[in-house]
Amino acid sequence: MITPRRWLPTPVLSLLLLFVWLLMARSYAPGQILLGGVLAIVIPLVTFRFWDTKLRIKKPWVLVRFILRVLKDIVVANFEVARLVANPWKRLKPHFIEYPLMLEERFTITLLASTISLTPGTVSANLRLDGKSLLIHALDVEDEQALIEEIRERYERPLKEIYEC
Amino acid sequence: MPFLVEALISLMLLTGGVFVFIGSLGMAHLRDFFMRLHGPTKASTLGIGCMLIASMGYFWSMDGHIDIQELLITLFLFITAPVSAHLLAKSGLHLRVRHVQKTGGVPFELRDEEVGKKPVPHPDKGHG
Repeated sequence: MITPRRWLPTPVLSLLLLFVWLLMARSYAPGQILLGGVLAIVIPLVTFRFWDTKLRIKKPWVLVRFILRVLKDIVVANFEVARLVANPWKRLKPHFIEYPLMLEERFTITLLASTISLTPGTVSANLRLDGKSLLIHALDVEDEQALIEEIRERYERPLKEIYEC
Repeated sequence: MPFLVEALISLMLLTGGVFVFIGSLGMAHLRDFFMRLHGPTKASTLGIGCMLIASMGYFWSMDGHIDIQELLITLFLFITAPVSAHLLAKSGLHLRVRHVQKTGGVPFELRDEEVGKKPVPHPDKGHG
């Protein structure tokens, strides 16, 4: 007996796929909705086994706040990096930082690493295989510990709150 | 097209161009591989974002209906840019690319399993 649960293991992902498909097709004709719907059901079924854990968003409003904060930080990051790059008199102090991770799920670690790469002057360079720490390259650092604290408070704690509690 | 809309679109295009230019400038003239990574991953996201907003505004004022398809480009950019930056940085670490002397911290203490000298442990079970 095939239950709806098995046909639609990830309803949110399916909806998102349908939405993206309709945007790409630029039409809301019934044919496109049908095609997008079929894809939205088939793609999660095919890729389902590669998703190691199913995480539930526990606090959607924190997620919304997190996304807004990251968007704002991306804009700030751009001005920051532009200023650092365009100023020829500025002596940059690049730094490799070993960031001890608090998160445990691989999906949330991926989110954190991507966020770090998109925000001010930091690129995540390597995740240890045991998943306990993340190597970050920063463009200009005065205080290593302060940067770790900032990432912890701004990004990691909200992510933990949203997905893992 | 009203003057104000035109001015706004031009401003967006100019800002986007400046950011993309600074991003490529960073890629061209910063001192080492890891520092050069910073330019294209960040400066370009906002630059391209500005250009896409300008494009949306232009077609909105010309055709009269708003088209949010351009947002998809930004979405895909946000998904792919950090991944490619991470892969580049990681391969730079594995190839032991030179980095400038003043770089602080210890970057190259990759463990044996990370450079292929020891078998990779299972992510959940470890070596056991």
